[in-house]
Amino acid sequence: MTSQVQLRKRRLDRGIKARTDSVFVIAAPNDLIYVLAPRVVPILFLMLLPLLLSGYEGKILVHACVIGLLAMSWDLLASCGLFSLGQSLFFGVGAYLAGTMNKYGGAPIWLTLPLATIGGGVLSAALLAPVVRLRGVYFAMVTLMLPLLFRKLIEAWGILGGTHGISSLSVFPSDWVAEYLAIIAFLGVLFGLRKLIESDYGLVLKAIRDDDRAVMSAGINIYSRKVQALFLAGAIASFAGAFMTHHFGFVGFSVFAWDYAILPVAATTLGGPGAFAGAALGSMILLPLSEFLRAMGGLRIAIYCCILIACVITLPEGLFSFLERKYHQFETVVEVK
Amino acid sequence: MSLLIYGTVTSIILALYAVGFSLTYGISGLANFTHGALYILSGFIAWHLMNYLELPFLVAIPLTVLAAGFIGFLMYWTLLLRVRGIAVSELIVTFAAGVAILELLTWGGFYGTRYSLPVLFEEGIEISGVVIDGQRLLVIGTGVMLVILLYLFVHHTKIGLAFRGMAQDERTALSVGIESDWIGSLSLALGAALAAVAALVVLPLGMMEATVGYEVLIYALAVAIVGGLESTAGMVAASFILGFGQSAAARYIGPQWMTVVPLAAIVLVLAVRPSGLVGRFKELEERV
Repeated sequence: MTSQVQLRKRRLDRGIKARTDSVFVIAAPNDLIYVLAPRVVPILFLMLLPLLLSGYEGKILVHACVIGLLAMSWDLLASCGLFSLGQSLFFGVGAYLAGTMNKYGGAPIWLTLPLATIGGGVLSAALLAPVVRLRGVYFAMVTLMLPLLFRKLIEAWGILGGTHGISSLSVFPSDWVAEYLAIIAFLGVLFGLRKLIESDYGLVLKAIRDDDRAVMSAGINIYSRKVQALFLAGAIASFAGAFMTHHFGFVGFSVFAWDYAILPVAATTLGGPGAFAGAALGSMILLPLSEFLRAMGGLRIAIYCCILIACVITLPEGLFSFLERKYHQFETVVEVK
Repeated sequence: MSLLIYGTVTSIILALYAVGFSLTYGISGLANFTHGALYILSGFIAWHLMNYLELPFLVAIPLTVLAAGFIGFLMYWTLLLRVRGIAVSELIVTFAAGVAILELLTWGGFYGTRYSLPVLFEEGIEISGVVIDGQRLLVIGTGVMLVILLYLFVHHTKIGLAFRGMAQDERTALSVGIESDWIGSLSLALGAALAAVAALVVLPLGMMEATVGYEVLIYALAVAIVGGLESTAGMVAASFILGFGQSAAARYIGPQWMTVVPLAAIVLVLAVRPSGLVGRFKELEERV
């Protein structure tokens, strides 16, 4: 009787990875490269990218960074259990704040950007503070409705430029400035949030997502923590909005459009929620893809939605978590004996 | 007087939008964000049945309702089965599916005045000086009939009993032999069929285009949230509050304020009284 040789995959964790995500045992130069590569390569890549790209491609890069910021801010909210369907709310608040300050207050860019960031964070937190008690679906409904409400209010009242928007605002002195500002903000937020979520503060946020009653019984005020997370996420997204306002020199109620609500969710789901790098990776994949699809107009959004559904159903952990697991393991094929 | 009559019509239209949504949510806890898309998709199906297969409208109606129910049923088994119970994933999937359907329809040119469904009754009647046309009377009749039929169905049939069992406690229902996936998919199918019924009576009154789907979803959500999801009475009351609110806003402030009313109502109710106006404690625990 001939028996067939059976093969199986054997997976071993690399010994270098110690108990936690931030402590490594480094014994050789190779180990150092292994630890540093996932951090240094993306930074260098993004920093050098503007030198290689021409005008239009540069714009795509900027857009990808902006959506990346929105996606990471979504991820921050999601990691404390606040599920938002309206990143466009925070984005729009920041965009309109910067636009009004620039147009009616005459403030220059270097003043409007930080002011809109802080102001947008405060405003977002204040707007949503009454509803942080709500769970899952209900919080999502409020965030879905608020941008639509704002849009309708601007339309109905005709304030803030009404349907025409506010145009001829200050723009960045050159494309280089815009590109590097976007990239630095993107990388800063990425590594900053990854640090934050691994700290004790981030641990509390994640615990709120997993079991809010348990956190309450530990004597922590979960509502104030949620408002703090809202401020932080709102500030990040408002910066993105203010940045786009000055990038285009225009703000209109298209900032409350579907793109800015769906894309961050799609990017985070594609990349994998919970680690921020997933959100960043997802947006870097989706945005260039969406430029290819731009010719299709409205169909583009339908395609994002299909990607989103496929990711949720078939790849719930996301691309980044998958890659990360593979990176930390040796995988060999051995014979079954 | 005309405010009273048209307010009533608007309210009943809102109730029609919401009835399918609240039914599905009430039974299986599934917030079906595809509702608006299914609504407009039924209009699309009916139009094609009539214009390509040249079926009379009265034949197209049951076919469309069946088709919509089947789509809902299929959606449960293909898309939702694997994410069942994870509220956030359910939400993402239904929301994305809804937007995908609507954007596909828009892309396919489903807007403008080319598409419309015929009205069933042309002639209207006059009530104390206000003329009301036949289609609007049909809307009122359908709304009242649906609420009554649903009440009878849920309280006096075996499937209805299973529905109520699921709504109260899914696990206990499972332990007495109610197949939760089966009932869940049936509830989704019924919700979709109700969206189709609403579409077939309401769409002839106005524009039929893809963007209407978003509005329908918002109205359905608004009614469901304001009324609280567990009682039919709450849903009807909420439709009347919102309907009259809308009609009054349109009349006294300006027509562009009509859509602001439900949006503001959702946000206010969730912020101030999360259980809904007539909701009870069980729901409060879910929401807060």
